[in-house]
Amino acid sequence: MRTRPAARAAQYVAVICYLIFLGFPLLWLISSSLKSPREFASITPSILPKHPDLSNYTDALREQGLVHSMWNSLQISVASTVLVLIVSLPVAYALARFRSRLRPITNGWILVSQVFPVILIVIPLFMILRPLHLTNTIPGVVIVYMVWSMPFALWMLQGYVAAVPRELEEAASVDGASRVRTIVSIVMPLLRPGLIATAMFTFISAWNEFFFALVLLQDPQLKTLPLVLARFVGAEGQVQFGPLAAASVLATVPSLVFFAFLQRRLTSGLLSGAVKG
Amino acid sequence: MSAATLTAAPEQTPKSGRPKQNREAIFLFLPALLPVLLLSVYPLIRGIALGFTDARAGLNVDTNFIGLGNFGKLLHNGLFWDSFKIGLIWTLSVTILQFVAALGLALLLNTNLRFRGVARTLALIPWAMPPVVVAIMWRLLLHPTNGPVNEILQNLHLTDHPINFLGDFSTALPAVIVVGIWVGMPMTTVTLLAGLQGIDRSLYEAAAVDGAGAWSQFWNITLPQLRTVIVAITSLDMIWNFNSFGLVYVLTAGGPGGKTMLPMLFAYNEAFRYGNFGMAAAMGDVMVVIIIVFLAFYLRNRLRSEA
Repeated sequence: MRTRPAARAAQYVAVICYLIFLGFPLLWLISSSLKSPREFASITPSILPKHPDLSNYTDALREQGLVHSMWNSLQISVASTVLVLIVSLPVAYALARFRSRLRPITNGWILVSQVFPVILIVIPLFMILRPLHLTNTIPGVVIVYMVWSMPFALWMLQGYVAAVPRELEEAASVDGASRVRTIVSIVMPLLRPGLIATAMFTFISAWNEFFFALVLLQDPQLKTLPLVLARFVGAEGQVQFGPLAAASVLATVPSLVFFAFLQRRLTSGLLSGAVKG
Repeated sequence: MSAATLTAAPEQTPKSGRPKQNREAIFLFLPALLPVLLLSVYPLIRGIALGFTDARAGLNVDTNFIGLGNFGKLLHNGLFWDSFKIGLIWTLSVTILQFVAALGLALLLNTNLRFRGVARTLALIPWAMPPVVVAIMWRLLLHPTNGPVNEILQNLHLTDHPINFLGDFSTALPAVIVVGIWVGMPMTTVTLLAGLQGIDRSLYEAAAVDGAGAWSQFWNITLPQLRTVIVAITSLDMIWNFNSFGLVYVLTAGGPGGKTMLPMLFAYNEAFRYGNFGMAAAMGDVMVVIIIVFLAFYLRNRLRSEA
């Protein structure tokens, strides 16, 4: 294709605008996290810190509430991820392998639960969990997250199970292995990359989640990292921007590390999901 | 084992296999069943029903069926109408603007292989960041005295005084919309890019032979070929945007003066600030009706593409 120089230049300008629009906020956040309080007070903020140091990070980590909330978030995210995988794997297997009547019902539920306004779910959840003494507890949030991230986990896992060649299982069953045995010793090992991807995704959803945590956790000792960060912003009058930016970067690191691993797999998975379902 | 047994095995039980498969499937569903029924299916149904009651927060309060009472009250509540209008402006602006920008960019990146990897990596970052962190980041950027956006605008002499983007009546909603676009646009771009790459090149070659220009190729090949992807991504984006909460809650909490009070924020306040569970659920019911409209587009499109 012949591309005129002017059109070519316009293309580059557009792409550069996009990169700035996307990248500048991130750059600013990271740069802010490395600036000293004095630089923040300066009338002309600079894009890059003049004397970058990590003191905002040590300040943020010295903040007891923040470290404690990270620990809460970590516990909740790990526990709900493990539970999601245990409960979803058999279902995903059944969805991918059997043409049962449960399949259209489950797929309908997956779609509905993804698009429903959560306000409708959270009020009854609150009313169910309260008499069980599970509001304002970590286990309460864990089971809510488990059910809440199941639809997407099922969506991903279904695809991974379908990619395991059926012939391998048939061979095992011809050799006399039971269904459970076949799943554990043939399907599971082949699913490992898919399980890891699903686990990472579930972990990040729980790590980032805000709404359910806001409603279900009142006790300051139990608050998750997003709740504590949001509270810092609420108290903007006294808040130090440097440590807030540092804490925000720290809160994003797990997501970025996981997504760096997942990038390719996840995009293709999401795309086929979004387009084909 | 032989190839014969492999291929013959599934054919041996064509009809009797179904009930057996149903039974096996139920067994595999069991561990998920109780939590899903108790914490997803039941709350969904109960939530819809709550909209027709006078349920309030607090212990052991009897709830009464009051029919359409909550809806009547909502209709006479000016704040409800405002939040609805704001919700629709937010949803349509974010979805449409991010779509147009994303389509343009995807077309660009489709010709420019070099940037594709960078674009894809960057695309996942906003999407993977905690919404609370995105909100904090933008509050730093848009801060009236310490924010770089005001600094840049003043240096370019586009304004002579700092603008309190998130705190000013006239700028709050547009500012929040820009942040919404920032979060959603990259993912939409990547989706459209994938769609573009799936279009058969020979269609363009044939069109070029027939003398079709770039514009006509775009209208007659690109858009029709992308139709399924476009309808899918925009209808899902609309639903997600319409339901969004955390980002705007941390950015503005619905303020200033309710100028960014999205429906979800309105319903949250109604439920957990004022304790009006029934009223909040009624608000949720109204949202469901709107979402069903968005969903109908998505499903019709999906059925047609499968047929």
